[in-house]
Amino acid sequence: MKKIFSKPESLHDSSTHYCPGCGHSMAHRLIAKIIDELGIREKVIGVAPVGCAVIAYDYWDFDCSEAAHGRACAVATAIKRVRPENIVFTYQGDGDLAAIGTNETIHAANRGENITVIFINNAIYGMTGGQLAPTSLLGQRTATTKLGRKKETEGYPLKISEMLSLLPAVKSIQRVSLHSPQEVMQAEKAIKDAFLNQINKVGFSLVEILSPCPTYWGLSPRESLDWIKNVMVKEFPLGKIK
Amino acid sequence: MKILISGNEAIAQGAIDAGCDFYSGYPITPQNELTAYMSEKMPENKRIFIQAESELAAINMVYGASGAGARAMTSSSSPGISLKQEGISYIAGAELPAVIVNIMRAGPGLGNIWPAQSDYFQATKGGGHGDYHCLVLAPASVQESYEFMFKAFDLADIYRMPVMILGDGILGQMMEPLVVHSAQCTVHCAQVKKPWALTGCKGRKPNIVKSFYMIEGDLEKFNLKLQEKYKVILEKEQKYEGLFLDDAEIVLVAYGTTSRIVKSALKSLRKKGIKAGLIRPITLWPFPVDVFAGIKGPKIQKAKFLVVEMSYGQMIEDVRLALNGKFPVEFLGRSGGGVPQEEEIINKVMGMHKK
Repeated sequence: MKKIFSKPESLHDSSTHYCPGCGHSMAHRLIAKIIDELGIREKVIGVAPVGCAVIAYDYWDFDCSEAAHGRACAVATAIKRVRPENIVFTYQGDGDLAAIGTNETIHAANRGENITVIFINNAIYGMTGGQLAPTSLLGQRTATTKLGRKKETEGYPLKISEMLSLLPAVKSIQRVSLHSPQEVMQAEKAIKDAFLNQINKVGFSLVEILSPCPTYWGLSPRESLDWIKNVMVKEFPLGKIK
Repeated sequence: MKILISGNEAIAQGAIDAGCDFYSGYPITPQNELTAYMSEKMPENKRIFIQAESELAAINMVYGASGAGARAMTSSSSPGISLKQEGISYIAGAELPAVIVNIMRAGPGLGNIWPAQSDYFQATKGGGHGDYHCLVLAPASVQESYEFMFKAFDLADIYRMPVMILGDGILGQMMEPLVVHSAQCTVHCAQVKKPWALTGCKGRKPNIVKSFYMIEGDLEKFNLKLQEKYKVILEKEQKYEGLFLDDAEIVLVAYGTTSRIVKSALKSLRKKGIKAGLIRPITLWPFPVDVFAGIKGPKIQKAKFLVVEMSYGQMIEDVRLALNGKFPVEFLGRSGGGVPQEEEIINKVMGMHKK
């Protein structure tokens, strides 16, 4: 008998703290799988966010750095400049990348740092109890928008990926999703592309992954996947942005 | 080799000669010459220079570079150092080596670009959140500004902590002769191995650079480890310069630029027959408590103390704590861009002498 599928080597054999139906565990696995496939586990340095995935390094089996909230792109910039032969990636949520970290994200992108950025967009702040995120949808009820997000006071969902695509030094931006097996396969391909870009010295590559948060969306895991498919994707269209 | 150079540029050259691999900074007066010098000389020496998008980004880049095993440094002035406090706390919490240069200017808020010593509290009592310390060195000349960079990078690597160079606008801008070390870092610097650094996990278990300890009891244990480290530093790394302490009846205490003004005043006072002396702290943290407490150095007999600062009274608190009520302490300070004048100091000491 031939082994055709197994847990990635770059993923620890442990159970995670993530909620049932959370997208993080799937995203972690996809990244670990790609790192194994590309044979770069011993070269990779990951930069973890502040958010539910703050202890992502407990689940991965390669060198990792924590970063202060929002600062992962600055941390990754420096690691890559100091160790250009290593493969450096950030893994960030919507608050980390597009609220508190917007400045660091934009400038790392604008400088064209040869890093890979994995952007987990679940339109909410999970770790702190379900508050408004920059990517929360209009009308979305959160812990800090109990009556729903209003454009007059909270503005519109932030299309950070589209904004970054305007920068000449940004080489690749793809938006993918985890709401069905087909989309997961597409997400895996996009993550592989983004890591290959770094290996081939193409330049700054970002993958935005629409991810479910059943707990703070107030939906079941199944309903969460449907919400991404039917509602979120309309606001955040999937595909190659750049 | 002897050259005429500004304090800002001497710090920059010192960093390069001490083996600084990585510099990130943001323009802010009065230390811009430092950043500009690094922008030219770092790439020339095949090191890394980044003008970051903010002081906040710069300190986080230092965190990253240091985590990857590099000798990393940033510089700024007071308002920019305020921005870096989060990053400094993280650097301390992750036990990363880093060198941070503060060329102090007057505040609070935007203040102005004149010199001050108003960031003593910020440098020595935290500044960032948590029970941590920076090791703080206070140069008082262009030569010291250069030499202390070697000390700073070594101490940072040995103790795995942020080390701050506390200068001010006068020190940064003034020009003095500098004797440069002819040999590079490999001769002068401590060669500290960094098995904890992020280099890719080939041949070893993965390394994690972090300051987050959520399992009950772990963070307390880690903090106790930091406290032990600080105890060792307090025992071993106190440094000061003492003048005329054997017979001093009035001991002045000043650091950095202010100590130079005090030294001039001392000359005049001694000529007038006043037995004045000086303790010039070189390490502000660890504060040289031993000489004040009479544990080390010359045994100061009955004396009055006068603390002189370009502030409204920050280091004086450490002086009072160290003396523990043994001798009376008075204060002379100017800030907001004002600089204590030699005349003012002389008059104050004369007044103390008469009492």
